[in-house]
Amino acid sequence: MSETSGNGSDILCVLSSNEWDRSAEGLVGAGRLLSDKTGGKLIAVTLGEWQDSALKQLGARCHQVRVGQTQVSVSGGIESMLDYLVKLAEEIQPASILFGNGTVEEEISPRLAFRLGGSSIGDAQALTISNNRIQVTRSVYGGKATAVMELQKSPAVVWIRSRAFPPAGPLPQSGSFETTVIQETSPESIELLQHHEDASEGVSLEEATMIVSGGRGLGGPEPFEDLKALAATIGAEMAASRAACDAGWVPHSWQVGQTGKKVTPELYLAVAMSGSSQHMMGITDARNIAAVNTDPDAPIFKHCRFGIVEDYRNVIGPLTEKLKSRKK
Amino acid sequence: MKLLVCIKQILDPEIPVRDFSIDREKLEADSANANQVTNIFCENALETALQLRDSVGESSITVICFGRESAEDSLRKALAMKADEACLVMNDLNHTPDSATTAHVLASAIESLGSFDLIFTGRESGDWGNGQTGAYLAEELKVPYLPFVDDIKQTDKGFEVRRQTESGWERYGIPASSVVTITNSDHNLPRIPKTRDIMMSHRKTITRVSFEDLKIRKDELNPQSDSVRPVKLFVPEKESACEFIEGENLNAKIDQLADKIMEIRSTL
Ligand SMILES: Cc1cc2nc3c(=O)[nH]c(=O)nc-3n(C[C@H](O)[C@H](O)[C@H](O)COP(=O)(O)OP(=O)(O)OC[C@H]3O[C@@H](n4cnc5c(N)ncnc54)[C@H](O)[C@@H]3O)c2cc1C
Ligand SMILES: Nc1ncnc2c1ncn2[C@@H]1O[C@H](COP(=O)(O)O)[C@@H](O)[C@H]1O
Repeated sequence: MSETSGNGSDILCVLSSNEWDRSAEGLVGAGRLLSDKTGGKLIAVTLGEWQDSALKQLGARCHQVRVGQTQVSVSGGIESMLDYLVKLAEEIQPASILFGNGTVEEEISPRLAFRLGGSSIGDAQALTISNNRIQVTRSVYGGKATAVMELQKSPAVVWIRSRAFPPAGPLPQSGSFETTVIQETSPESIELLQHHEDASEGVSLEEATMIVSGGRGLGGPEPFEDLKALAATIGAEMAASRAACDAGWVPHSWQVGQTGKKVTPELYLAVAMSGSSQHMMGITDARNIAAVNTDPDAPIFKHCRFGIVEDYRNVIGPLTEKLKSRKK
Repeated sequence: MKLLVCIKQILDPEIPVRDFSIDREKLEADSANANQVTNIFCENALETALQLRDSVGESSITVICFGRESAEDSLRKALAMKADEACLVMNDLNHTPDSATTAHVLASAIESLGSFDLIFTGRESGDWGNGQTGAYLAEELKVPYLPFVDDIKQTDKGFEVRRQTESGWERYGIPASSVVTITNSDHNLPRIPKTRDIMMSHRKTITRVSFEDLKIRKDELNPQSDSVRPVKLFVPEKESACEFIEGENLNAKIDQLADKIMEIRSTL
């Protein structure tokens, strides 16, 4: 018995990054959540080049894996990916198509929904099925409110905060594999000319367990060097508020928040930032938040486990020294 | 060259949390406590279009908004920033339609205005944060689409644009008539209009377009026809008690801070 109206009861999870990381685990976990409710199959769809070991992890957790082989990068071949996904969805008639959180996923979801006559929404923090419809919980009004949105038309195409969902365990029986070569749509209407990665050591911000983040109160790019030294001592990654990125002090890939990264560290140390609701939207799943701010009434302290009311200039240098000596 | 920028008016997203409340009937934010402002990403989009016009010369910029009467203020501000034309597609419905419907209405209006070399939207709006209207608009108009753009140059074939990615950026060549969504960067902070231009903006006419003009039937735009709609809206309760680190002197305080950080680090 299908709990969703319209299309069938199967759930597609589209994985466009080619790694079996926490994000992929959460995406498959979310898919299982829905397929358990609809009683349909959970079908993983991979784009890009996947290692056998990673595919095996998917196979253990999904009823079916559809491997999409492609010569072009996902972002350089959006039209090809869309055409492929449309065909796949028309064949499978899923109740829902889930994507993880990324700029390509955000781009594809509404376009796919449009082409399939479905509905779409993004940044899902929770998923349920009610009245035979998929419901999505998400932050709205810059994090000041939470909404439950109901998707009326099937398929429900949703990109989710994948790391916010618990991973799924293996199924009793391993899933089947089917490989399709993704045909290139010619000509692609847009042409990828150049790809640039900002310099970064360590892991991605999303996977980071410790993060040191700076805001407008730092007053310029130089103090970020001191924050970097602090971060290096404890093995933390660097992040920033939109204000600091917009000022050109640090790259945009450092931005955390509503329109930046959604991070889940054990510690998020917020230095000289006010804690605007839009920024907090990026760190709702941080285990511990701590702040250094001169203003005891700064909203950031309402979210902190601990904090220090002080000028960052008096804190960062000595703190770095102390942390260095403690590590010994 | 003809450029078009889609502008949305929203409740000021920067109001403090304590001034924010919810209208439980309408399932939207109470509008009594905050001003209506232009969505910031729409202003980034307009700024990007203005800079493109400055670099190529001989171009006109039209701004369009689907909204209520109050949206005239946003359009006037855009004219004060030196957009050339403004068009208000009047929403006299009892509700604000979802992104898909909004894009459908905007697409009809844009087609009625003629053709454009480039269509700009913001990456998302600061109220519902959908980030979908630009994509739906491109689908409606059947034109190429590129989101998260922060820089545009004209080329022989169309435009060369920079797109922000999770880990850096990419450059793309896109043809004329594409839809791009604009994101914030250090070089598209919206300009502040001059007093004189603000005064001049009040002398310009704003073209008003109704559903009838676009041959859109209003009964097709009821809340039931929206593909996505809110069924619950609430203010999340989330405040943790912060332990403010106290101590005899700064050195003692920083010692404690270091202890706490090491404590968390040791659990990893
Ligand atoms: C639609 C929309 C989307 C947005 N998306 C994001 C997003 O993704 N991410 C994001 O970050 N923002 C986002 N914003 C912007 C957000 O609303 C805030 O404007 C921004 O986060 C403020 O950054 P900040 O905290 O660094 O600066 P401010 O709010 O200016 O805070 C600076 C803080 O520094 C403190 N300070 C000053 N000097 C010192 C000192 N010497 N020592 C210690 N403390 C000091 C001050 O007390 C103050 O609390 C968005 C806004 C909108 C409208
Ligand atoms: N009612 C509207 N009128 C004009 N443009 C809009 C409207 N709604 C959305 N847009 C455009 O689409 C962008 C993204 O909006 P959204 O999909 O609502 O997050 C905005 O920044 C605007 O450029």
